[in-house]
Amino acid sequence: MADYNPNTETTGLIGWIDQRFPLTKMFKEHMSEYYAPKNFNFWYIFGVLSMVVLAIQILTGIFLVMNYKPDASLNSAGVPVAFASVEYIMREVSGGKYLRFMHSTGASAFFIVVYLHMFRGLLYGSYRKPRELVWIFGCLIFLALMAEAFMGYLLPWGQMSFWGAQVIVNLFSTIPLIGPDLSVFIRGDFVVGDATLNRFFSFHVIAVPLVLIGLVVAHIIALHEVGSNNPDGVEIKALKDASGKPLDGIPFHPYYSVHDFFGIAVFLFLFFAVVFFWPTGGGYFLEDNNYLQANSMQTPVHIAPVWYFTPFYTMLRAVTDPLRYIFVALALLAGVMAYLRGNMPQKSKIKVLAGAVILALLLLIWKSAFVGFLIMGAAIVVLFFLPWLDKSPVKSMRYRPSWHMGLLICFVINFLILGYLGVKPPSPVGGYVAQVGTLIYFGFFLLMPWWTSVGEFKQPPERVTFKPH
Amino acid sequence: MSDQNPKELNEERRKLLIATGGVSALGAAAFVTPMVASFAPSVKAKAGGAPVEVDIAALKPGEQIVTEWRGKPVWVVRRTEEMTAKLSAHNNDLADPKSEKPYSMPLPEYCNNEFRCRPEHKDVMVMVGVCTHLGCSPEGKFKEGGGGSLPEAWPGGYLCPCHGSTFDLAGRVFKNKPAPQNLDVPPYMFVSDTKIIIGKDEKGEA
Repeated sequence: MADYNPNTETTGLIGWIDQRFPLTKMFKEHMSEYYAPKNFNFWYIFGVLSMVVLAIQILTGIFLVMNYKPDASLNSAGVPVAFASVEYIMREVSGGKYLRFMHSTGASAFFIVVYLHMFRGLLYGSYRKPRELVWIFGCLIFLALMAEAFMGYLLPWGQMSFWGAQVIVNLFSTIPLIGPDLSVFIRGDFVVGDATLNRFFSFHVIAVPLVLIGLVVAHIIALHEVGSNNPDGVEIKALKDASGKPLDGIPFHPYYSVHDFFGIAVFLFLFFAVVFFWPTGGGYFLEDNNYLQANSMQTPVHIAPVWYFTPFYTMLRAVTDPLRYIFVALALLAGVMAYLRGNMPQKSKIKVLAGAVILALLLLIWKSAFVGFLIMGAAIVVLFFLPWLDKSPVKSMRYRPSWHMGLLICFVINFLILGYLGVKPPSPVGGYVAQVGTLIYFGFFLLMPWWTSVGEFKQPPERVTFKPH
Repeated sequence: MSDQNPKELNEERRKLLIATGGVSALGAAAFVTPMVASFAPSVKAKAGGAPVEVDIAALKPGEQIVTEWRGKPVWVVRRTEEMTAKLSAHNNDLADPKSEKPYSMPLPEYCNNEFRCRPEHKDVMVMVGVCTHLGCSPEGKFKEGGGGSLPEAWPGGYLCPCHGSTFDLAGRVFKNKPAPQNLDVPPYMFVSDTKIIIGKDEKGEA
């Protein structure tokens, strides 16, 4: 071969591979010569933990599929085949119980670590320039994860599986004009049935996981291109030594791989404590009603989505006519404010005002159920815009006014309250709290361009804050 | 090939590129068509959800027949004139007299009136006989007046045997009962004066 390149540092088998495939080069780029800031703290464990959970889900999933049957028809005992196959895995497959509990606990664990990972991003401004794409890939992962979890939840074909899917798919029927046909199209039948179960199975085991893995790769490539942020929000690439390595950077491997292995070990202790001793998670990881087979003729007393969806579900439920009118008023107010106070050319001002008036009119015409559906979607879509909503001159909360941190804490508490309300049956008081909570959620993001630029900011240091230990 | 300046726009190549792209897009669309189409209900599913025709020629005032549509019981009641006349009298006792909160399907527009049925045949009431609480099938209690678990001022309607929810003769739920919503009204239309079809109206099949 003319292009044969014998100048690799490695010899032997690795050398043979390196002459044909960039193995050592890739290992260096992403592990031993990927320089991460040396001041990472506790919050930086959740990225790697979500990869661990992804691996757990894929591995246990592969083995669950070997015994699971996506079939809604009734067997000779009058039990749906899908439900019976899950019972079979639980009772008769050796080790099947642990496979299933690892998978079900993994679903909740996935959301726990991903929510904490996202909170870390909010805390240290990890979504800010130049990491916008890292954040956007992350939001897409979150979206794919929600789809994956929702469709996976139908597979055991229990009461909650069935009615949860029924309620969520019916949300699409609230879309004006195309809604009813669209919901039939999604289900493949007029009720959630065998067709729905089979397509959700296909999406859950192959389509969405493929997308998920692709997005995780993109997330990491984008991260390694721009480099990791850190608790100080200082760009370590700004200061490099003579050999071009960041002064405040340390090789990911072995320094952080060792840290991460420790974190993974602690996580696995907690994870398997749940798997072995508390697999139902108090009815939150596996809902009680899902131990009953799906029955289209009998609705459960109270249909609640699994805990990780409830903050968004609460916002959906919160939209009743009064809140819809508040949104109409807010849309008009925002349009008028942009017109009077906005810092843009006259033409753009008129466009913004016209857009706000059209939005207000549509919100008036549309039914509350559809507006609720839109609000739930908007609650997720707004996350994508975070890099451009945050106008703070510094990235990290450490150097922002302390009331910014206060607002972030309020936002988190508000999110938890919304989550709590979503697992409870609707109540009049809860309804008002949910409406206020929805306004707080959107207020936090949509008023961000204003509040993030107000207050006394501290000057971040040139080098990261780091105390050797 | 290589003697051309790569920066210079080659019109011919551009055209060929557009043509190739266009044909590829057509091919891709054709390839995707069966996949998207497979999402629509199959012939089997469509047959299972087909509209049901009901002959109501023999249905006398004050009587009800039960038919099945999409795996659910559907009631067809012929209300007496007295029954329809009294429907608005107990509006204050209802949780949602104007049917603003649909259960599993939207109320057909032509039924959005005080009788919850087609105004030209306001004696014939069609509704899905599934309690909006836990999906039991309520029983007809058409006789006025209380007795048993019914209140003294019972205007006639339905009682759910499971948890005691009560509905009036238009399927509207009474206040302070476990069931939160009114009974569903399916889309339906009259094919003749004595025949109705459930699951289909002027707008097509539901």
